[in-house]
Amino acid sequence: MTAKRIISVFFRYLVRVITLLFAVSVIAFILVSLSPVDPVQQYVLSVGSVSPEQRAELEDYWGVNDPPVERFGNWFRAIIHGDFGTSLLYRRPVIDVIREKFVNTLALMGCTWIFSGLIGFGLGCVMGANKNKLADRILKKICLLLCSVPTFWLGLLLLLIFSVWLGWFPIGFSTPIGVLNSEVTIWQQLHHLVLPALALSLMSFANVALHTRQKLIDVLESDYVLFAKARGESRREIMRRHGFRNIIMPAITLQFASFAELFGGSVLAENVFSYPGLGSAVSAAGLNSDVPLLLGITLFSALFVFTGNMIANLLYGAIDPQIKESYANE
Amino acid sequence: MNELTIRRNKAGQNIKETRRKKMNRRTKTVILTVLIAAVIVSALLAGLLISDEAVAIDFANAKQKPSFEHPFGTDWMGRDLFARTMKGLSISITVGVVASAISAVAAVLIGIAAATGSKALDSFVNWLIDLVMGVPHLVLIILISFSCGRGLKGLLIGIAVTHWTSLARLIRAEVLQLRSEQYIAVSRKLGKSNRWILVKHILPHMIPQFVVGLILMFPHAILHEASVSFLGYGLPPEQPAIGIILSESMKYLSSGMWWLAFFPGLTLVLIVILLDHLGDNLKMLIDPYSAQE
Repeated sequence: MTAKRIISVFFRYLVRVITLLFAVSVIAFILVSLSPVDPVQQYVLSVGSVSPEQRAELEDYWGVNDPPVERFGNWFRAIIHGDFGTSLLYRRPVIDVIREKFVNTLALMGCTWIFSGLIGFGLGCVMGANKNKLADRILKKICLLLCSVPTFWLGLLLLLIFSVWLGWFPIGFSTPIGVLNSEVTIWQQLHHLVLPALALSLMSFANVALHTRQKLIDVLESDYVLFAKARGESRREIMRRHGFRNIIMPAITLQFASFAELFGGSVLAENVFSYPGLGSAVSAAGLNSDVPLLLGITLFSALFVFTGNMIANLLYGAIDPQIKESYANE
Repeated sequence: MNELTIRRNKAGQNIKETRRKKMNRRTKTVILTVLIAAVIVSALLAGLLISDEAVAIDFANAKQKPSFEHPFGTDWMGRDLFARTMKGLSISITVGVVASAISAVAAVLIGIAAATGSKALDSFVNWLIDLVMGVPHLVLIILISFSCGRGLKGLLIGIAVTHWTSLARLIRAEVLQLRSEQYIAVSRKLGKSNRWILVKHILPHMIPQFVVGLILMFPHAILHEASVSFLGYGLPPEQPAIGIILSESMKYLSSGMWWLAFFPGLTLVLIVILLDHLGDNLKMLIDPYSAQE
């Protein structure tokens, strides 16, 4: 029964995601074609000398002068078949570039996601359990402060302190310079990952921590916790039996729903640390008018965020009986 | 005798303390408002008044550490960093004000439209909000900035487009709740038109939400402006927006010129914190229930 319901929710959400993705691709396409940058001119510039006849042929081949709807149709059909075009910047199929960069970004975001989740949840618990005591007040101030610090500035400060002054970590890139890709050890890669992941985690744990704090306070002030206290349960037992169980799932759901911010943050962090991931690729694509790559990454990031949201929704539905019921009533 | 006076003193202190606590939030908000107004006006004035000579290239004074003459130091071309930062702040603040004002007005209109319009419109607005939230904001701003040819216009539109969603949701929920109030039903029974009800009953309720939403949106807009111009979109490099100053400083980090990155970022953070505080305090004054959070 419940499995059936989850599947139906899943499909309803899938339809929504597909319409949204379609809309994203339409809007992205319109935005890109509104751009004053001429893609043919960019291509010609990047290739070198091109005669006017070759240029006309190229325009014909790319269908620059076709009506926009037809162009969109062609582009969309190609995308459905997995052909995102060729990146002007990297001279390779966009899908290959995305795949390669995504591995790096995934390593960065995965570390951040787990790290910030654990730290945020831990600190949130500490804050909630010590409501309005000194530790809570200090930690809350820190969390609120971190919310107002721009990611890239924090990254710059970390670079200054740990790379320039202390020399503990390298200044940029995901692998040492002058070493073949095949010879890079996992330790070297991790070594390069530490600072960007730290910067991103510091930016994103505050949200989870403040949320967890609020939830835990709500739980600890509830009647059933009062009753548990009256029954003689110790603080630790109350936390274990009532505290954690009630707050861990909302925290996990929140983490899944924060994919958009994580992606946005990684764009900045990757640029500061010259980390070769999707984030630095998308800003390079925009700056160098690499239209296929820009469109590809936009769609990919939207897919990524929608996946996160879908997992969050499903988790919510599977766990919270109230929401489960509202699904059933729909 | 002795004991009595002490007790009286204690009681007196207690009364004083509670009275001070009651005054606190309001006074704090007033002080914050004045402080922020002063900072913003001085930054804007500085942006207007600081001549180009103050940020002119002067290789004789290049790469100086912070001193009394140059409070933030000078960069690799001898430009005074304090003057540049102030100019940058005035640009950031202008962009932030304009973009968040557009965004907040749009949020109110869309939120009210969703709550009072047809069901199809409501679900369309919800779908639209999902759409805007679904693409990472920075990617969307990059895309919009690209489509406008990387200028101030693209930056403004990009920030305005990405910031209205949460306020619109809030206002939609608020209006939906208002619609079921008794006095709305009464004035409808009295034969008032929808427009009359909207203008006389619903819009006045939206003013506090609008003000708080605007003020809380403002620091976000400034942060986004800085991030996007840091990435190299938005303003041309000749204009010293904070993001551009910071992205230029990256090249000189390894030579130990820490002040290039530290001070401009710090001023930005201070402004953002002040604004955030103001917004939170205002929210608590207007909506006392949220003060318990």
